[in-house]
Amino acid sequence: MGYLLTNWAYVGTLLLQHLWLTGSAMAISVVIALPLGVLLARVAWLRGPVLGFLGLLYTIPSLSLLVLLIPVLRLGYWPAVVTLVIYAQLVLVRNVVVGMVGIDPAVIEAAHGMGMNSWQRLVQVELPLALPLLLAGLRIATLSTIGIATIAAFVNAGGLGMLLFDGVRTSNHEKIVIGAIAVSLLAIGANVLLRRAELWSQQSRG
Amino acid sequence: MSIIVAEGVTKRFSSDSRPAVDAVSFAVDPGEFIVLLGPSGCGKTTLLKMINRIYEPTSGQLLIDGVDSRSLPVTHLRRRIGYAIQQTGLFPHFRVEQNIAVVPRLLGWERPRIEARITELLDLVGLPHDFRRRYPRQLSGGQQQRVGLARALAADPAIMLMDEPFGALDAITRARLQDELLHIQRKVHKTILFVTHDIEEALRLADRMMVMNHGQIVQFDTPLTILTRPCTRFVEQLTSANDVLRRLSLLTVASALGRERPPAAGGSADLPPLHPQDDLRFALTQLLGAGESSLPVIDDGREVGRLTLADLRAMLPSTVAGLEGHVPVSGA
Ligand SMILES: Nc1ncnc2c1ncn2[C@@H]1O[C@H](COP(=O)(O)OP(=O)(O)O)[C@@H](O)[C@H]1O
Ligand SMILES: [Mg+2]
Repeated sequence: MGYLLTNWAYVGTLLLQHLWLTGSAMAISVVIALPLGVLLARVAWLRGPVLGFLGLLYTIPSLSLLVLLIPVLRLGYWPAVVTLVIYAQLVLVRNVVVGMVGIDPAVIEAAHGMGMNSWQRLVQVELPLALPLLLAGLRIATLSTIGIATIAAFVNAGGLGMLLFDGVRTSNHEKIVIGAIAVSLLAIGANVLLRRAELWSQQSRG
Repeated sequence: MSIIVAEGVTKRFSSDSRPAVDAVSFAVDPGEFIVLLGPSGCGKTTLLKMINRIYEPTSGQLLIDGVDSRSLPVTHLRRRIGYAIQQTGLFPHFRVEQNIAVVPRLLGWERPRIEARITELLDLVGLPHDFRRRYPRQLSGGQQQRVGLARALAADPAIMLMDEPFGALDAITRARLQDELLHIQRKVHKTILFVTHDIEEALRLADRMMVMNHGQIVQFDTPLTILTRPCTRFVEQLTSANDVLRRLSLLTVASALGRERPPAAGGSADLPPLHPQDDLRFALTQLLGAGESSLPVIDDGREVGRLTLADLRAMLPSTVAGLEGHVPVSGA
């Protein structure tokens, strides 16, 4: 632990970078996945093709995807974030779709019958009822994003992956262990927070 | 003027060869309690859902208040029509008060008006005020239906569509809610279209019954006429009209009295009174038990008429006539 004592500022910076990478990637992911999921929930025939395509992207090894993006996006923050966003889509979109399609049809019928328009139905009924599944998707995607974000170091985007890469390159086991533990702690912390949000969303309906 | 007029309304689902609703025409007057009765799959729900345009008719036209229902934006039309269904469709993430407030909020009512309306409706449907903040899941099936009814009534629509609202309830709760619905209807005078496949429920509630089969209206008349003069064997079998005692048990004192009968003068203090909602089989037992030829009918402490043995007897020959006079339906 000597390394941590002398380099806590550096490790702290890497942690913050990691948080920023993961956080911004998740924010962008949700902004894309939410409307896409809603669209798929409304237009049934699009579901198969789009989810199939996202599944295909999901099977590409993350490092290859990252390398493929370098010619387009150069090095740094963007190729890393784009990779993370692409990986998060499958889980997020699928959970939005499942959450919305799984709503009791009688509830949707009632929403129509009361005279809600499409937007009112979405905002007042469908999204709140899909929220637990949406948050479950967000939690799973966030955890895997925290893990995958370690490869950002490969394109000079920083993050805790730096410790792992440096450690491997210089055979510094201490760095590797500290990096691994830091990533795990981050994942555990995110899990606890998001799990709490999930439980809250389930409770707020009696 | 009729509040609802259907002219040759047909609904054909692409998956089915025969139409779910087949060129039906009818007219409903304001304040009528209409019960749609018929076997499962005969098109009752489909017909109901065409009125608030959850389904669009394949052909034909529906006039609401004399206006083609397609001429209004569909959300505006629906906010003017109460809608209650068997599964309630209550919003599980909304408290009771929020569920009741849905349509008033869509209509942009002021907060105080909504609050007052919620309180008024809880009283009307017989729910305690401290249920306001409960979630639907914290209520029994009967209580959920009461909330569903309150929600449908919330914006005081002239028309109420109710699709087997009591169909999933136990017999005791169902009977109680039927009574209360009649009680509420006497206060609010809605035009109600109520779907059921339960003949007893239909006879109990209906001003007029619309008997349906295979997407068509077979007979549309008062419960008394449906029972005493079924126009086809199908209707006769549906109502078991050939069993006199059963038939009496299905008819209410109110239906035998007729609606225009003036109240008779007193002199009946010590006789067992009848209630308009008592069935005629019970009335017959009371008449025979008291050894009288007539008994007073009391509603809300007021005599509203006298039921005589002659009233009951008057229905017997017509039964026979109805049975002899029936026209066999092809394919029935
Ligand atoms: N959404 C739908 N799509 C296809 N067919 C339907 C749909 N709704 C009802 N039907 C068909 O229309 C017929 C009448 O159904 P319905 O109106 O629900 O009957 P009821 O309410 O009298 O039981 C049935 O044959 C049913 O299968
Ligand atoms: Mg039905």
